[in-house]
Amino acid sequence: MAELLIKNGIVYDPMNNIDGERMDLAVKDGKIVEKVRGKGVKIIDASGMVVMPGGVDIHSHIAGAKVNAGRLLRPEDHFKDVEVKTAVTRSGVGYSIPSTFTTGYRYARMGYTTVMDPAMPPLKARHTHEELNDTPLIDKASYPLLGDCWFVLEYLRENMIEECAAYVAWTMNATKGYAVKLVNPGGLEAWGFGRNVRDIDDPVPHFNITPREIIRGLCTVNQLLKMPHTIHVHTNNLGKPGNYVTALETMKCVENLAKGDKPAIHITHCQFSAFKGSDWRKFESGAEEIARYVNKHSHVTLDMGQVVFTDTTTMTADGPFQYILHQLSGNKWINHDVETETSAGIVPFRYRRRSYVHAIQWSIGLELSLLIEDPWKIYLTTDHPNAAPFTSYPRVVSWLMSQAAREKVMKKINRKARRRSLLPTVDREYGLREVAIVTRAGPAKALGLTRKGHVGVGADADIAVYNVNPERVNLSKKYKTVRRAFQRAAYTIKEGKVVVKDGKVVRSVSGKTFWVNVKASPSIIEIAPTLQREFEKYYTVRYENYQVPTHHLAVSSPVLVKAGV
Amino acid sequence: MVVTLRPKRLFKVPVDAECLTPDIFAGKSNREITAWKLWEGNRERTLGKLFEVEGESGANPKEVSIQIFGDVRKVRRVGARMSAGEIVVHGDVGMHLGEEMTGGRITVAGSADSWAGSMMKKGMIEIKGDAGDYVGAAYRGSTVGMSGGTIIIHGNAGNEVGCFMRRGLIKVYGNTGQFAGMHMRNGTILIQGNSEGRAGAEMTGGRIVICGYIPSILPTFTIDSVRPRVKVEEEEVPGPFYMSVGDLTEGGDGRLYVSQTRNPQLGLYEKFL
Repeated sequence: MAELLIKNGIVYDPMNNIDGERMDLAVKDGKIVEKVRGKGVKIIDASGMVVMPGGVDIHSHIAGAKVNAGRLLRPEDHFKDVEVKTAVTRSGVGYSIPSTFTTGYRYARMGYTTVMDPAMPPLKARHTHEELNDTPLIDKASYPLLGDCWFVLEYLRENMIEECAAYVAWTMNATKGYAVKLVNPGGLEAWGFGRNVRDIDDPVPHFNITPREIIRGLCTVNQLLKMPHTIHVHTNNLGKPGNYVTALETMKCVENLAKGDKPAIHITHCQFSAFKGSDWRKFESGAEEIARYVNKHSHVTLDMGQVVFTDTTTMTADGPFQYILHQLSGNKWINHDVETETSAGIVPFRYRRRSYVHAIQWSIGLELSLLIEDPWKIYLTTDHPNAAPFTSYPRVVSWLMSQAAREKVMKKINRKARRRSLLPTVDREYGLREVAIVTRAGPAKALGLTRKGHVGVGADADIAVYNVNPERVNLSKKYKTVRRAFQRAAYTIKEGKVVVKDGKVVRSVSGKTFWVNVKASPSIIEIAPTLQREFEKYYTVRYENYQVPTHHLAVSSPVLVKAGV
Repeated sequence: MVVTLRPKRLFKVPVDAECLTPDIFAGKSNREITAWKLWEGNRERTLGKLFEVEGESGANPKEVSIQIFGDVRKVRRVGARMSAGEIVVHGDVGMHLGEEMTGGRITVAGSADSWAGSMMKKGMIEIKGDAGDYVGAAYRGSTVGMSGGTIIIHGNAGNEVGCFMRRGLIKVYGNTGQFAGMHMRNGTILIQGNSEGRAGAEMTGGRIVICGYIPSILPTFTIDSVRPRVKVEEEEVPGPFYMSVGDLTEGGDGRLYVSQTRNPQLGLYEKFL
């Protein structure tokens, strides 16, 4: 295989403590190596450019039944954004929910090479993997939704932790999943009966179990199985004023489960869970309280869920929340119940600068990432497409790096929101090292992807080169230059192959699909008859057909995990 | 300045002619115009390959007049997003005529296919023949239809005239299909001929005037009064009309005027007056 040498780049690799050093990177057979020699070496001159590991996105809804339903719901979204096919790329459509191929191309153009789809109803695993197979240029994985699954609820109610672990391990294998995802734990099951849970101690109707027990139970299970990622939690009461209390309670409830300095819980799109105030009129930011807690504790990681003022499509498994959004906005709405597992909702939404609530939401995301001191604890996401499409990441990067860029937006937002925002009091500006942490090294570490997020020897040769020179340009003043550079990577290298050059896709390769192959003790066999019986009783799909075979994945990349049970 | 276009052959697959606007033609030489790229089906062609282009374009879109002769029934999106100037089609034209136009004038001597003037913001479209479905409508899924300007159709129009209309005027001298003024928010639709029914379904504002026969009005409208005439811009349309308010399922305040003399079957509503 071809060898590659990226010369003279200004390298940011926080995992290996390389902070803007001018150095060469050698690539052989899709891996970073010590050095390459010989005649066939292809040389990329990166002098005056920033070199980073390929971007890693920890939370972005890019595939699955719900995403596709969103595509069907929004022809007008596709109409306004069309990509014409080229010699190497396929055509595609969609601004907030791009079609699969376009999703891959657009991520690669921004220098991203690994993306996690965070919400896969286990029953829809086949569909999700079919879409992921058609998403080129990026490695990906999907998190099965387990927080409202009947099996989990029943095992945890009876305190059958080992059986629950066996079930989770079986699900990871059966659905080719990567991490345990909880969405409004308990609330989605309640939504099946037209209700929701009020807080983490409100019992789920008919199951007699509280969200607290579900979160703690799955956290324990996750640790028993030695999963690479922590539990990935979308909190209860998401999107409701005053919910920062619930977010704090959720973090606190697993505090004593944490082992050492290792994170035990990931609170996702935390912006939506950091609302203060008793109603929408008294709505405020709770970012300060959350940041204070996170700064003092090491068992929590977060991602932003940054709002950008644009027209987008909200889609979550959180059915009751989507119903509230539908009522607030009056927009069209899809509501769906996934048998015994979860629910889903989709509502198109426009974030407006002049809206008080939306402007505060915009502020919360940035406040969180600026007030939390350690960038290893908070990662950049827009919860694509809920708070904004992923194509707005470069804009978010420019806001993080430049107070001037933030002030420019501040001038245009709702006046009351401007007065109440904490942002004018924050003068912190991210440097490129911190940007490299929140966009690649941090998420890779949280996900336990040892070969991603860094460019040390042995890492996958996923590399992004951005045409901006931090030695010449004042990044906090020239935020537009930064934005442009991050929008169009000078080079994106995927496993040693140049796939993007000057913001154009020059080659299409298919990425891997990661999944966790849990090797547990024979207790898995014990639950199989129970599962089979329950499947016959409750499911529309047979036990045997439910499981996604490995050959269903275009490029299967199992992560072997030896469980502690 | 007049530019004349004639198709060089009969088009069998749709031609996406977004570029046929005074805005794009303005300030370009004949050679630049003929080199402009457009799509015929899934093949990219140049304008010169598909059309015989004659005449000179002006410097300003306002001065440009595009005259199209021949069979352009497969040519779509003529005059899309145009802001000024004039387009005259001497025959029938394809779908999406004057889509999202913001000014200027389009005249069609023959008929236009569906989506004429969809999402238009300003300007004028006059169709001497018939129009297809979705005149001045919103794109599928969107809630923003025609938001200004005037569409005049001398023949008949299809279904869903003015769907999600927000402002402006649509005049149809002939008959219309079903669901005229569906989801309408504001603006006026004047139908001189008959309607196939279900006019104003889910409308929340605006006016629909039907001078001909309509089989029935929706049960979600409530009769308000009988009006001797309706004023549409400067024009006085003689009545008398039954005026109903709706659509009540949407809490709407739209006005539906239906001719009293042409619709004796609606006389039973008079007892609710």
